[in-house]
Amino acid sequence: MKILVCISRTPDTTAKITFSDNNTKFETAGVQWIINPYDEWYALVRAIELKEADPTTILHLINVGGAESEPIIRKALALGGDEAIRVNTETSDSFNIASQIAAVAKEGGYDLIFTGKETIDYNGSSIGGMVAEMLDLPYISHAIKFDLDGANAVVVREIDGGEETDKASLPLVVSCQKGMAEQRIPNMKGIMGARTKSLKVVEAVAAEDYTSIASFDLPPAKSGVKLVSAENPEELVRLLHEEAKVF
Amino acid sequence: MVLVFIDQQDGHIKKSSFEAASYAAKIAEITGTTAEGILLGTVNDEVATLGNYGLTKVHTLAEANLNNFDAQVYTKIIAAAAETADVVVFSNNTTGKAIAPRLSVRLKAGLIAGAAALPDLSNGFTVKKTVFSGKAFANITVNTAKKIITLNPNSFNVITTGGTAEVVALNMTPDAPKVQVVSTDLVKGEVPLGEADIVVSGGRGLKGPENWGMITDLAHLLGAATACSRPVADINWRPHHEHVGQTGLAIAPNLYIAVGISGAIQHLAGVNRSKTIVVINKDPEAPFFKAADYGIVGDAFEVMPKIIAAVKALKAS
Ligand SMILES: Cc1cc2nc3c(=O)[nH]c(=O)nc-3n(C[C@H](O)[C@H](O)[C@H](O)COP(=O)(O)OP(=O)(O)OC[C@H]3O[C@@H](n4cnc5c(N)ncnc54)[C@H](O)[C@@H]3O)c2cc1C
Repeated sequence: MKILVCISRTPDTTAKITFSDNNTKFETAGVQWIINPYDEWYALVRAIELKEADPTTILHLINVGGAESEPIIRKALALGGDEAIRVNTETSDSFNIASQIAAVAKEGGYDLIFTGKETIDYNGSSIGGMVAEMLDLPYISHAIKFDLDGANAVVVREIDGGEETDKASLPLVVSCQKGMAEQRIPNMKGIMGARTKSLKVVEAVAAEDYTSIASFDLPPAKSGVKLVSAENPEELVRLLHEEAKVF
Repeated sequence: MVLVFIDQQDGHIKKSSFEAASYAAKIAEITGTTAEGILLGTVNDEVATLGNYGLTKVHTLAEANLNNFDAQVYTKIIAAAAETADVVVFSNNTTGKAIAPRLSVRLKAGLIAGAAALPDLSNGFTVKKTVFSGKAFANITVNTAKKIITLNPNSFNVITTGGTAEVVALNMTPDAPKVQVVSTDLVKGEVPLGEADIVVSGGRGLKGPENWGMITDLAHLLGAATACSRPVADINWRPHHEHVGQTGLAIAPNLYIAVGISGAIQHLAGVNRSKTIVVINKDPEAPFFKAADYGIVGDAFEVMPKIIAAVKALKAS
């Protein structure tokens, strides 16, 4: 079994979101960077569990990004995985990123490719589906449970208003979310071991940017809260009905 | 032509598809073309009524085996129907998110995932989408000839026209699916959270799952969906699919009522696009009040029964 887990670098969830250069660039000054939570907590940890269940499993991590991604790649390796590949390019376009991952995946002959369900910065939910199409593989998105049953995968995925259980043969691309696994904290042994694991840097293949960011906006600020006395909650119901007209 | 994917579940067209159809029809109007739909699988609803949302034509492939959702099979059929389309529209839900990226590769069409507004055509083709889990918007320009847009639920109002669509059966045989749906488990009789107009949400301030009656009672009275903060789902007071926020579902209902939730930045990220936010919290310093439109500083256990009684009285009047 050979697994590839896609790892993205995103601003920390508490990072202040501001923009510079006439609102065309995300202001990175003072921003802490983390592994995209869906990639780390669910995709990576579930892949590590699969390797723990079958130690012959080979587990590779891939990141598409510049050298500044290396700290988060080392952190991911501290959690688990045999080696990492960084494709040395910077783009915010999903098609370009997916093209890089697909090129590496084609070479590697993976049975399973895991991504997070989305990144918490661009919220695209696109990489898994694009990679699957490029490799002509089936794709199951929004997985909340993943198990192997011989050569088949049994996957529970979220659908609108419920869940669905799917069965698919490998190779397969899966996007992962809450439920797949429990978050882990790297231990000392993992952190030490990660320093000597291979982190291979490969150059990007030629790929187009299908999209580009023209500018950013922040949502309009709220005008302020209208407080109603706790003695008179009926007044809140009246305001919602007559003023806000929401029911 | 603008093509819109009409999503169905359990024999019925989803509400989010009416929004997507209205959105597609509006794009068709501003680009001087027509909007058509594509509906795969079998439904009990009258397909021609999709004309009421501005579609002139709906392509159907009413094969029962398409009720088994496989993104790969769907993509191939939609790609064939989209040959003459300039723009393809999906809802940004779990189905749309599974198909749209595949179709983007197949059609060599740039994808805007999570659109919050109509395209701006003043300088190319630029669409506003949510980024940083609702904390900001990005205006994304599509550089390809064909474009794909997934529309955030509750971001575009349904427009009805009174029209009727021509229904045309596609002449195609779907591939055998590689993903077999073994079973589905739908929460019956409840409003799906992502599509809900009103959401009533509870946090750790409610002390335990046994106190959730005040959340569900109010939700039932208002026809609302229920949601919760992350710790509440983590400690299994409520099911995971109710978890909203940066690492849960991002929602944008008309009304979001937060009870006993502090309003941490990660929680706000998933709910701050709600049109009206009501916060009930006993701590006047709770950060949620800064993001709220209406609020009560008070004990939920005292306030909520009175609110429920007042809503009951209002509904009865
Ligand atoms: C990486 C990361 C991602 C995260 N993602 C999410 C996410 O997606 N969604 C999310 O929700 N959180 C998320 N969190 C957690 C977030 O930081 C908060 O810890 C969480 O939202 C707090 O939940 P809460 O408001 O229910 O609980 P608390 O913070 O414990 O707040 C409870 C509130 O209830 C009030 N209260 C207590 N008793 C009463 C009463 N009787 N009546 C009225 N009010 C009362 C208190 O004043 C308090 O404000 C994330 C955290 C991290 C680090």
